[in-house]
Amino acid sequence: MIKLEKIHRNFQVGEQTVHALDDINLQISQGEYLSVMGPSGSGKSTLLNLIGMLDHATSGQYYLNDQNVTEMNEQQEAAARNKHIGFVFQAFHLIPRLSARENIELPLLLAGIDSEQRRPKVDQALQSMNLIDRAHHKPDQLSGGQRQRVAIARATITEPSVLLADEPTGNLDQKSGADVIQTLESLNDRGITLIVVTHDSHLGKRSMRSLKMVDGRIESDKLADNTR
Amino acid sequence: MLSSDIILYGWKSLKGYRSRTILMLLAMSISVASVLLLTALGEGARRYVTGEFASLGTNMVIVLPGKSETVGMGLSTMMGVTPRDLTLDDAQALTRHPAVTRIAPLNIGAVEVSWQNRKREVTIMGSTQEILELRHWKLLAGQFLPKTDWDRATPVCVIGKKIRDEIFGAHSAIGQWIRLGDNRYRVLGILASEGRSLDIDVEDVVIIPVASAQSLLNTPSLFRILIETRSREAMQTVVDFAIGTIKQRHHGEEDVTVVTQDAVIQTFDKILSALTYAVGGIAAISLAVSGILIMNVMLVAVSQRTAEIGLLKALGASSQKILILILTEALQLSLLGVVVGFILGLGGCWGIRLALPALQAYPPIWAMLASFIVAISTGLLFSLLPAKQASKLDPVNSLQGH
Repeated sequence: MIKLEKIHRNFQVGEQTVHALDDINLQISQGEYLSVMGPSGSGKSTLLNLIGMLDHATSGQYYLNDQNVTEMNEQQEAAARNKHIGFVFQAFHLIPRLSARENIELPLLLAGIDSEQRRPKVDQALQSMNLIDRAHHKPDQLSGGQRQRVAIARATITEPSVLLADEPTGNLDQKSGADVIQTLESLNDRGITLIVVTHDSHLGKRSMRSLKMVDGRIESDKLADNTR
Repeated sequence: MLSSDIILYGWKSLKGYRSRTILMLLAMSISVASVLLLTALGEGARRYVTGEFASLGTNMVIVLPGKSETVGMGLSTMMGVTPRDLTLDDAQALTRHPAVTRIAPLNIGAVEVSWQNRKREVTIMGSTQEILELRHWKLLAGQFLPKTDWDRATPVCVIGKKIRDEIFGAHSAIGQWIRLGDNRYRVLGILASEGRSLDIDVEDVVIIPVASAQSLLNTPSLFRILIETRSREAMQTVVDFAIGTIKQRHHGEEDVTVVTQDAVIQTFDKILSALTYAVGGIAAISLAVSGILIMNVMLVAVSQRTAEIGLLKALGASSQKILILILTEALQLSLLGVVVGFILGLGGCWGIRLALPALQAYPPIWAMLASFIVAISTGLLFSLLPAKQASKLDPVNSLQGH
């Protein structure tokens, strides 16, 4: 379902060209749980942004559900992002003036779904994330773990096929981090493709497939020993 | 995204950034209010002044001594000739035209009035019985000047209400003899307050026969001749007749100015309308300037909300959607600014009307429409740049807060 062919992503820094992604060929099937690891600056986040259509390849082809993303215009990309991709960020990226409920329903709002249809979906998401009693709380009234669960609920509210998580436990204590990982994995168990960028080798070992990146290249791509 | 959701999202943003919203609202509403207030004052002043001139009388033609035009270095200027006096005989000559219904020659001056041990300075007006009808004045008590020959200096007078109160106090004024300068005059009547107008305060004047005034002020010249014509259409004929007659009487020299009441009203109307447009324009410029503030604040807002815009893009908002969101927010803000501005402006006008009832300070419709249109278009126009900037933000950099 995700297919990257000869992907290059170059950045111009002064007179120097930085190869953030260098000849990436990758195929990810529906329902896979993939961890992307590697040192800082190895191109992990660039790869995630590219898969999430937040960034564009300098060259190469990207197919998502057999659709050539590299040929899409900005509007089509935005619609595809809304429908197929969910993002979970290290910094949560919740809108501070909106309540947990309002943050969660944002993707539905952008999809043009009316409030009558939104309400049961958001209620269900709040329930599944055990946040029903926090529905009207603003982000600053929530703990780190709760904020990340709101972010996960928001990422999955449109039932995307791919969930991209960039260091999802980076800002959390151990217990909250473990809860969040469990939540993400349970979503993967229900069929969502989960791609996690992490520095955490323990988390990497829990995934089905582990990708190691160095200097914009895939150094290793192997099925991990699943200790889950 | 549904329109209702776009509006609601914008409203929540405005509520979320309260101090920023209040600042912009203040700028917008004060500007809108000042357009309404200034134009209302201008329009009120225009109505007041033209109304006052209209109250001078009906179908009135006014003859003034002297020619109101630049003569350059003509013979009269070189010889040091001054305009001839406008005399009672000149006024008498003007009664001959059939379209003339009333004529009131006028002399004005200031003398000391005294009764017993009370005295004060007053304006005296010398005229004839016809001035009462001609100026639509009313009597509070007694009677007006008798109908006598114009050149007969009868020692009688009619006084204003204020003079009666200040000179006579609780005593009855009618029939009493007052001293004006060195002469004594018997009080025949008291003028009512109605008819207080731009040129004369009828509460604070003493009216005596024109010949008496000429003798008291020691001048043969009249200050004005007021003529009432039979109809509005006859006014121009009377103007031509007055100019022709006086010219003939003054040995061929056209040394008077004859104006119609309409011309005076029209002139003031034009001047004050222009003034209203000018102050309205100045206020509208301040409204446009407030747009620059909106632009600055919106630019700051966009830079503060970079991560939010990046997030919206990550969640599936296109650049066009971001543009619409920011512009809707600006439109809501402008509309709110207009509403608050209208409340402030109309409230201010109401306050002015309470404080100065004579000045009917209502903002003109064109000013209300213009301030609405200028405010909305200013808000939108000056938000376009920040909105475009926001829509073009790169989502990856935005999410990192860059």
